[in-house]
Amino acid sequence: MSAAVDPATRPGGAGLLSRGVSAVGRSLLPILVVVGVIVALWYAAAIMMNRAWTLDQIERRGLEMTTSEIIADTLSQERPVLPTPVQVATELWNTTMGEPILRERRGEYRPNPRSLFFHAWQTLAPTMLGFALGTLGGILLAVGIVHNRAMDLSVMPWAIASQTIPILAIAPMIIVVLNSIGLEGLLPKSLISAYLSFFPVVVGMVKGLRSPSGMDLDLLRTYSASGGETFWKLRLPASVPFLFASLKVGIAAALVGTIVAELPTGARFGLGARLLTGSYYGQTIQIWSALFMAAICAAALVGILGLIERLVLKRMGFAR
Amino acid sequence: MAVASEIDGSASMSTAPQSPVIEAKGLDLTFQTNDGPVQALRDVNLTINKGDFVSFIGPSGCGKTTFLRVVAALEHPTGGSITVNGMTPDEARRKRAYGYVFQAAGLYPWRTIEKNIKLPLEIMGFDKAEQDRRVKNVLELVDLAGFGKKYPWQLSGGMQQRASIARALAFDADLLLMDEPFGALDEIVRDHLNEQLLELWARTHKTIGFVTHSIPEAVYLSTKIVVMSPRPGRITDVIESTLPAERPLDIRDTPEFLEIAHRVREGLRAGHAYDD
Repeated sequence: MSAAVDPATRPGGAGLLSRGVSAVGRSLLPILVVVGVIVALWYAAAIMMNRAWTLDQIERRGLEMTTSEIIADTLSQERPVLPTPVQVATELWNTTMGEPILRERRGEYRPNPRSLFFHAWQTLAPTMLGFALGTLGGILLAVGIVHNRAMDLSVMPWAIASQTIPILAIAPMIIVVLNSIGLEGLLPKSLISAYLSFFPVVVGMVKGLRSPSGMDLDLLRTYSASGGETFWKLRLPASVPFLFASLKVGIAAALVGTIVAELPTGARFGLGARLLTGSYYGQTIQIWSALFMAAICAAALVGILGLIERLVLKRMGFAR
Repeated sequence: MAVASEIDGSASMSTAPQSPVIEAKGLDLTFQTNDGPVQALRDVNLTINKGDFVSFIGPSGCGKTTFLRVVAALEHPTGGSITVNGMTPDEARRKRAYGYVFQAAGLYPWRTIEKNIKLPLEIMGFDKAEQDRRVKNVLELVDLAGFGKKYPWQLSGGMQQRASIARALAFDADLLLMDEPFGALDEIVRDHLNEQLLELWARTHKTIGFVTHSIPEAVYLSTKIVVMSPRPGRITDVIESTLPAERPLDIRDTPEFLEIAHRVREGLRAGHAYDD
């Protein structure tokens, strides 16, 4: 069989490269098809949903418009019910590349609140801090749960219960309480994002720390290994693949947490604030561009984590 | 029942005075399960002397693995007594009396072969230079020199199991407990490893306790074959091998070999009469 294999598909050297390219080529087509279908559906929905306003205008002003003119109008309204992809993309471009991140005011450079990069950073900074806090807390809780039976029985139900409370309901309370004790800015938002991101880490780490088989544990018992040695040499390394799986869920949850924390508290900056002001003034294009920015940020964060995961697991010898 | 072995055991190779490495007297072990008590071992009497290669053979549930685990202090008997090197199994473990080889190689995937072998050495507190020296020695002993920097997944199943044997040998325990170490490997690899194991045994003068399902494997390797039967787990026969110490693979076609294998099979059949 191997004799018949085309040289280009043989592993190693240039063959590997061309195989990689053809793999991308193969997966590109289905991706493009899916994107194309979504865009087509989006346009169809935009026409349907924005049509009412256009027809209303025609009636009020007594205009005569052809079907194609009506369709063109539905796709270029200033405050459409559903903006088109091009409108959202244009807004994204104008508020990122089209605006400086800093601008001069009264002789000094300040952040430019028209820049979506600035707002994204206002959300990303507390997200990352909250994610770090949540991850640390989640790992510590998991270690406690695995090593202490009382904690196993008592903490897990609370952790689960904590996630059933709508974050939107308690976010304002947390902000108000923290404000009253003098905590403002980054930290209150971070705490809410930590609140959302610790849970997947707890669940994943508990599973990971318990992943060693009875045989793995017996082996260490035959060496009379201590609990600490069992933890550092077996449980912790064995949990690393599980940790990364939960980190990817956790960081997306952390971003949602920060945005939600910005919503009910009248934050002036951040993606949540953009969503809020957008909805006040009916700026649907602004809302959608903030949503897309949030999605891009989440994808970037998960992507970076995936990269770190690959590097770490490869370095640890897990990768094949 | 084990007494039978003492009678025809005189044919064994050595006549020098032997000190028992493992001595079990009236050993009982009952597991409490949800379906009620299960008697895993009943009235097991067995003496294993220094330098013996003892195989435990019998169907699943006959307690052969359980017995090995009792020796290793991974299970504790509910009756009778057992000593390892004259101590309780727990004391013996703390004195590093044995190395244990499990059914699967159980190498940590995040450690190289070298680092896997160092695992017990790290825990037992050997210094770095000594660790390196020992790793080099045991890798040569199991014919894996040059593979120290590889990760487990880069090795074949047979090589992984050899690495796990190296790990068990690294801290110089005189007793090697092996629980179906080659059970998951194909017959050809298994033959090869059996040959290597005998060679290793001859070179290191270890005492070996070896659990297996395979009659040819038990007869080929052992100086003493312990036949066990299930429900409750007990010894039905102990056979002292009359085969010479030097055993090429084709010894398995000799009448002597087949005779011992026949006796093992008879012992297994007798044990099974309970079931059907």
